[in-house]
Amino acid sequence: MKAKTQKYKLKIPSITENLQMIREFVLKIAAKTGFNEETQEQIALAVDEACTNVIKHAHHHDARRLMDIQIQTDANKMKITITDKGRGFDITKLKDPDIEKFIKESRHGGLGIYLIKTLMDEVDYEFNPGVKNQVQLTKYLKKSVTS
Amino acid sequence: MENFEVARVDRSDVSILRLKGFLDAHTAPNFEQAIQELIEENRYKIIVSMSDLNYISSAGLGVFMGFIEEIREKEGDIKLTNMTDKVFKVFDLLGFPALYKIFQEEAEAEKEYSK
Repeated sequence: MKAKTQKYKLKIPSITENLQMIREFVLKIAAKTGFNEETQEQIALAVDEACTNVIKHAHHHDARRLMDIQIQTDANKMKITITDKGRGFDITKLKDPDIEKFIKESRHGGLGIYLIKTLMDEVDYEFNPGVKNQVQLTKYLKKSVTS
Repeated sequence: MENFEVARVDRSDVSILRLKGFLDAHTAPNFEQAIQELIEENRYKIIVSMSDLNYISSAGLGVFMGFIEEIREKEGDIKLTNMTDKVFKVFDLLGFPALYKIFQEEAEAEKEYSK
């Protein structure tokens, strides 16, 4: 039997207070899709990191600006698309963090994107500053044997 | 409703911060403030105990990263204890176990400071 595609959408003010709610939304859908508990938490963490970036860097903690989180699931994957209308930056060009160097520089950030790339199977980015930036995170229920 | 708490216990020159709940970009400033207060009081021997910490994102890890150099320059440290597997996995993904001392129990970390 072929499972139907399901779609979910959350439109929410860009404030960090909402991260908890976003994680709960993602966890519930990941559980329903059939991911084990550890993977559910990995997906929620990746989405938290992506939304934190939007809140801080694209929408600058402005509650009037809404983040758009769309989730699509089917029998073998969960795909999360997060859209913002801020300045954006191309996350695919970021280098992996050197924690030892970050410590020496007393940096507080710069780890989120690496976590997203580590936790998800695919990360795609569409970059159109001020108009529409989209990050798309995909996790497969079973990774393809051919990959 | 507050979903994150930091409780502080001082034992001679060692300070223990016990974290509870969810440490994300919303709650990281509370944790940062607790560390900042210790630095202002010249208390650099710090233990962060995490048995009741349910969640950590990179914003929380950033607090550990941002202050450690200054604290170590003052002959202090931030030692990590009582981590759940779930929280440890996030630290591990970023290679933190190579750069921070991790103990099962607070008492072990305290002992290390008294050496």
